[in-house]
Amino acid sequence: MTAASMERDGYNLRLYVAGQTPKSLAALANLKKLCETHLPGRYTIEVIDLMKDPALAQRDQIVAIPTLIRQLPEPLKRIIGDLSNAEKVLVGLDIAPS
Amino acid sequence: MKTSMRPRIVTRNLPVIAKSPTGIDGLDEVTFGGLPQGRPTLLCGAAGCGKTLFAMTFLYNGAVAHDEPGVFIAFEEQPEDLIKNVGSLSYDIERLIEQKKIVVDHIHLDRNEIEEAGDYDLDGLFIRIGFAIDSIGAKRVVIDTIETLFGGLDNQAVLRSELRRLFEWLKSKGVTAIITAERGNGTLTRYGLEEYVADCVILLDNRVHDQLSTRRLRVVKYRGTAHGTNEYPFIIDQDGITVMPITSSGLAHDASTERVSTGIADLDDMLEGRGYYKGSSILISGMAGSGKSTVSAHFANSICQAGQRCIYFALEESPQQIVRNMRSVGLDLQQWVDRDLLRFSARRPNLYGLETHLAAMHREVREFDPAAVVVDPISSLMGAGIAGDVHSMTLRLIDFLKSRGVTALFTNLGAGTADTATTEMQISSLTDTWLLLYNRETNGEHNRQLYLLKSRGMAHSNQVREFLMSSDGIALREVYVGPDGVLTGSARVAQETRDRADRVLRMQEVERRAREIERRRQDIARQIETLKVQLASEEGEMERLNLEGAARDDQRSADRIALAQLRGSTRPARSPLLPTTSSK
Repeated sequence: MTAASMERDGYNLRLYVAGQTPKSLAALANLKKLCETHLPGRYTIEVIDLMKDPALAQRDQIVAIPTLIRQLPEPLKRIIGDLSNAEKVLVGLDIAPS
Repeated sequence: MKTSMRPRIVTRNLPVIAKSPTGIDGLDEVTFGGLPQGRPTLLCGAAGCGKTLFAMTFLYNGAVAHDEPGVFIAFEEQPEDLIKNVGSLSYDIERLIEQKKIVVDHIHLDRNEIEEAGDYDLDGLFIRIGFAIDSIGAKRVVIDTIETLFGGLDNQAVLRSELRRLFEWLKSKGVTAIITAERGNGTLTRYGLEEYVADCVILLDNRVHDQLSTRRLRVVKYRGTAHGTNEYPFIIDQDGITVMPITSSGLAHDASTERVSTGIADLDDMLEGRGYYKGSSILISGMAGSGKSTVSAHFANSICQAGQRCIYFALEESPQQIVRNMRSVGLDLQQWVDRDLLRFSARRPNLYGLETHLAAMHREVREFDPAAVVVDPISSLMGAGIAGDVHSMTLRLIDFLKSRGVTALFTNLGAGTADTATTEMQISSLTDTWLLLYNRETNGEHNRQLYLLKSRGMAHSNQVREFLMSSDGIALREVYVGPDGVLTGSARVAQETRDRADRVLRMQEVERRAREIERRRQDIARQIETLKVQLASEEGEMERLNLEGAARDDQRSADRIALAQLRGSTRPARSPLLPTTSSK
């Protein structure tokens, strides 16, 4: 996969967590599983721990934890929760189930 | 505070709730010191009640006056809007933000942008608030309005447990917090937040009655401390928020024996010659045009003449108009305005509700600190509220003014009509001195009369006086009480003229009689004179007769001698007359 195609239909995802809580860990696991299933090779996941960098919570308007933000492709999408409901995550990320 | 009469055990060092002053005039009095320190307070009310302003005032005062930095978590307004909005109250939030005394964080939540997929908590919010608090060492926090969360997120169960946790967490952080919430239908808050914030709940209210709205505040609950339980009106104006507590719980004013002149010498005379009591309340009732304002203006004038301050609350006329009108009775009020002794406070009665008027008056009295106030007329405020409210408002105003020793003069339009009688009764019972001004029609003219209906604690004239206004001011004339009853105006003048004519007539009669007597006296004197002359002439006659008699006697004796001599010549040389007689 090229950088250009990544730009076009790649998924740039950010997961905001607050420490290693069960919910955070579950969210990350769920997200990884989903992406592997539906977006193999077309995604990047950045995990941001607000405990380490609390100022980012204000900058990125985070209220609930965990929060998943789809940076790319535009527009920006937000999904909160431990992502256990895969269907909703897919709807939230605008991914048609394959 | 008053101590109770009951015997009680005095215990030292009881834990008391520390309080955080809000710096809002009146609220700190109602809550006996402020909000519970280190605990959250719930501030609820419908939209437009001033919740945000209240909360911001709390933060602002904390940052400026108490060196307690504050955090404002705004769910509803953008920081820029917020700063602009409170800028109208002359709060310079931007400067405080620069000085790191206030942090404003806007939390944006839009349900459309958020998909919920599974279990979550609000740690993000906690982190943000915590970060904001730590960044400036905040002691005060405002969360405005946290219920927006319920609109932005679906999972109510999570929200509720998280809110409970949030309030506990705020407590553990030791910050004094205000949580604002929308008023619900029949409940204090729409989402029942009062369940979680249990320490102090303050309710704001904005009620409209007769198209006039009045803001009110009530401390619904304040755990662990005494607090005022009533509804207190408050106002928001360019100087911030003022809550107006009923200051005096009992009737414990100092009663002054000092007197203040009424400004009208003749009226002073009716009041033991010394005027009203200082700090008392005076009611002047009268119909339109009976001279209420003129009496009030004289009072204000005399206060200023004594070098003291006076506020004239003009509710019907503009200050310029009053100044102009009072020139016609020889009062120059402008000079006192120029010297800052007299302040006119003119506002339309229906500008806002009764309570707001009251609060505004309180503020002005506190600010200007006058020796006397005039409210002209208080009856026009009746349009601004229900009659019962006017009563309670006047009561509160009188209470407040008395507690400050301010002499208060109220005028009341409309004497004697059934419509105002009850209101008058209500107000009049509160006042110490009540002057009635009539405008009586007799003989095709209206004449002003003044009557001192009551004046507590002093001897006062019971007489109706005729009330005359001229370019020299007010004069009170004793009315004419004659066989035809009380006469005033031209009837009095006519009667007086008649009296004068009668008097002249009487005088003339007396003079005539005097002249007559004088004439008769002179007559008699003349007669006496004549008689005296007569007498004298009679007496002269008598004398003459006597003399003649004596002469005749002499002659007779001489004759006898001569005769004797003629008979005997023995004693020839006895009489020198002899030769003459002999010659005969």
